[in-house]
Amino acid sequence: MAGSIQDTFFEECEELLEAMDEGLTAIEGGDHDSEVVNAVFRAVHSIKGGAGAFGLDELVAFAHKFETVFDEVRANRLGLDTKLIQLLLRSSDHLSDLVSVARDGGSTDEAHHDVLISALEEYIEEEEEELVFQPMGLGGAFEASPIEAEKERTYNIRFHPLKDMYGTGNEPYFLFQTLADLGTLEVQLDDSELPGFDSVDTDESYLTWKLTLTSTESKSAVEAVFEFVEGLCELSIESDSDAEDEANALAALDAAFGVMPEEGGDQVAAPFEPPVSAAEPVAEPAVAETAPAATKAAAPKAEAAKSGPNPTLRVDLERVDRLINAVGELIINHSMLAQQIANLDVADLRDVETELEGFKNLARDIQEGVMSIRAQPVKPLFQRMARIVREASAATGKTAKLVTEGEATEVDKTVIERLSDPLTHILRNAVDHGIEQPEDREAAGKGRAGEIRLTASHRSGSVCIEIKDDGAGVNRPRVKQIAIDKGLIPPNAELSDSEIDNLLFLPGFSTAKEISNLSGRGVGMDVVKNAVTALGGRINISSTPGKGSTFTIILPLTLAVMDGMVVSVADQTMVVPITSIVETMRGSDDMVNNLGADGTLLSIRGNFVPVCDVGAALGLETSGHDQPPGVYLLVETETGQRSALAVDDIHDQRQVVIKSLDGVCGNIPGVAAATILGDGKIAMILDPESILAASPSAAAFDTERRMNNAIAS
Amino acid sequence: MQSQAEAKYDDPEVKHAQHSEFVSFTVASQAFCLKITQIREIRRWSPVTILPHAPADVLGVMNLRGAVIPIYDLSARFGLQQTEASERNVVIVVSVHGKPVGLLAESVSEIISINPDDIQDTPPVDSRNTMDYIQGIISHEDTMVRIINLDAVISVPEQVLS
Repeated sequence: MAGSIQDTFFEECEELLEAMDEGLTAIEGGDHDSEVVNAVFRAVHSIKGGAGAFGLDELVAFAHKFETVFDEVRANRLGLDTKLIQLLLRSSDHLSDLVSVARDGGSTDEAHHDVLISALEEYIEEEEEELVFQPMGLGGAFEASPIEAEKERTYNIRFHPLKDMYGTGNEPYFLFQTLADLGTLEVQLDDSELPGFDSVDTDESYLTWKLTLTSTESKSAVEAVFEFVEGLCELSIESDSDAEDEANALAALDAAFGVMPEEGGDQVAAPFEPPVSAAEPVAEPAVAETAPAATKAAAPKAEAAKSGPNPTLRVDLERVDRLINAVGELIINHSMLAQQIANLDVADLRDVETELEGFKNLARDIQEGVMSIRAQPVKPLFQRMARIVREASAATGKTAKLVTEGEATEVDKTVIERLSDPLTHILRNAVDHGIEQPEDREAAGKGRAGEIRLTASHRSGSVCIEIKDDGAGVNRPRVKQIAIDKGLIPPNAELSDSEIDNLLFLPGFSTAKEISNLSGRGVGMDVVKNAVTALGGRINISSTPGKGSTFTIILPLTLAVMDGMVVSVADQTMVVPITSIVETMRGSDDMVNNLGADGTLLSIRGNFVPVCDVGAALGLETSGHDQPPGVYLLVETETGQRSALAVDDIHDQRQVVIKSLDGVCGNIPGVAAATILGDGKIAMILDPESILAASPSAAAFDTERRMNNAIAS
Repeated sequence: MQSQAEAKYDDPEVKHAQHSEFVSFTVASQAFCLKITQIREIRRWSPVTILPHAPADVLGVMNLRGAVIPIYDLSARFGLQQTEASERNVVIVVSVHGKPVGLLAESVSEIISINPDDIQDTPPVDSRNTMDYIQGIISHEDTMVRIINLDAVISVPEQVLS
């Protein structure tokens, strides 16, 4: 686990960047509250601190510039106008890029970097030269603010190492050397505790130092020197200007509760220390530590109220997954037990069955609880999307604003991760194709700035994500013309409005006239649809000309369980995902029509749909091959093509625990995963998409008929 | 060290330490064996779930306490006739690259103790299919027991089907 501290740093960075984004978004939204500004400042500062400790110079340099500008804002020396806010937003994007580069390698856009640096520098006044940032250790989230009154102070420090400090290899000399760097240092050794030569215990610590430091640095900077020996020594730091500080701080406190405070929360914390250390000169560092923490909690009430002090736990994802697996077993085990008990030859089973029912409910509770561990709010994802819209608008010269709703909606972590790409794509498209140029918008009687609304909500056991823009809507005549030009539909096809809208999801469809930087790289919305389908979801589009379009993505809550239809195929029990089934029907002879030698079409309300025998497609020997299978599952593929899967029978519809076949037998065409049924047997979970792809009848089916029958949904 | 070991050769404990234990079993009426440390458990055969498009020597998958494990027909793997699996047969669960894999054998015979010095190289015969999977042979109570090279039988599980 080399570099695990660094991993922790990057994890923290993620959170800090999130906090920063959140703050900046609030600022952009007009909330110029000092607490918000401070929160962003602290986030940037902590990233800089951590980066410094790992020698990530580029990151440190940029964060420093960023931070300095923010400090000016904090001190009310800079007003937050739109131009500055835009710059800060762009800088925050760049900062997160730099963090990713530091973590994953690669490189950033040099030119962009330089542009931002010089733009930031314009805001920074002359005192820029002190770039010599000294790393203050990891995660120093609440270090002193660098800009503190530049005046000399004298600190009286009493430093008595405990013997453990020597045990950990810390060397007082180096500490003193670091202190000496801060200013003028006088060191005085107090060896009065040293016993006689005979009774000396070589492992014990007898020495105490009295240090007098004259420096312009803040108290917290001095304290930071001793950061690594915290708890390993008795330490007291007194400053001659403490009294003065106290006055300052009181003012600051007043300000915190009333008017805009002039200084940050860090400073508010300071005054509470001196009384402690004055009353008890040999105060344990721990005491000095808790004091500011307590004050911190008290002073910035506003912040606490906003973010909520929810304690969280960082857990290895693998552990959670193991737990989820175990709970899956429990559920399977329950149904096996229930089945076995039902088979018992006992007269009265009522008591057992009641208990069994209780067991089942408990197991479900546990399952839901465990699943919710994996569930995470979509907030971070949505915040990233704000950046996408920002960049897209910058690239297209349009003005678009992202409004998010339902950020607290929780979705499985994997779903969130895999949703990032499709959402990015849709949002870019929305800005690029949906939102009009500001002039056109004005002409149409809309505001210059387009609005894209990103909403997440729970809807009956699934998650619904909606992307709604107030742009021009789908240009239906053009979409249809393009589809005809590309040979996706026959020229004489009669399509309904929603059918035309759904043409956007066809592979190889791209409406961009010229390939723009943003979207239209040859991959279209079909990629989005694939990604959503891969997650077991569905995507839909609706559009009103002149009013805008809405994309709706419906996703399952979790990837660990799935609703499936239990069917039998060639004497094997299999599961078909409910999401892909449109309709089920029992076949009768007059519904089945032969086409050519092997082809079969099923007539459904006048439409002909190709039939795919699942048993044959999977290469299984069907016992009675002469008679056609009795039940048809009407499925719709990504391309909107409908087919009927022929199976022998439908048994049940139930939730199944998904077991990956990765590493068991590799990729099997037609099979998505496996599950364990109530009787302990394994059943394959089918992937209708790949069954149809493998089936020759489907492949031979021509485009025209496909288009005539399909798309409607 | 060499001489020391030889000197102590008569010491029964040292002698025992040099022996490895093998589990012998029959596949298509031929005697095979695997090192006991390679075997995780032995189970009675129960019908498996067929994997679509699987080669003839992959019988399917089985539920091993919640884990989905693939089952191979050793006989078919060795190029012998396919086993008509029944209740009397056994599944030997081995661990290959950290993943459990089941091997169908006719029946398990016994545990035998083998002195590594007694293992003979496989003489070249005209049956390449089997040869690849055998790393040596030993004589045990007048029968020839073939030692299976597990890594050759199950290469990397992921690649078996692709």
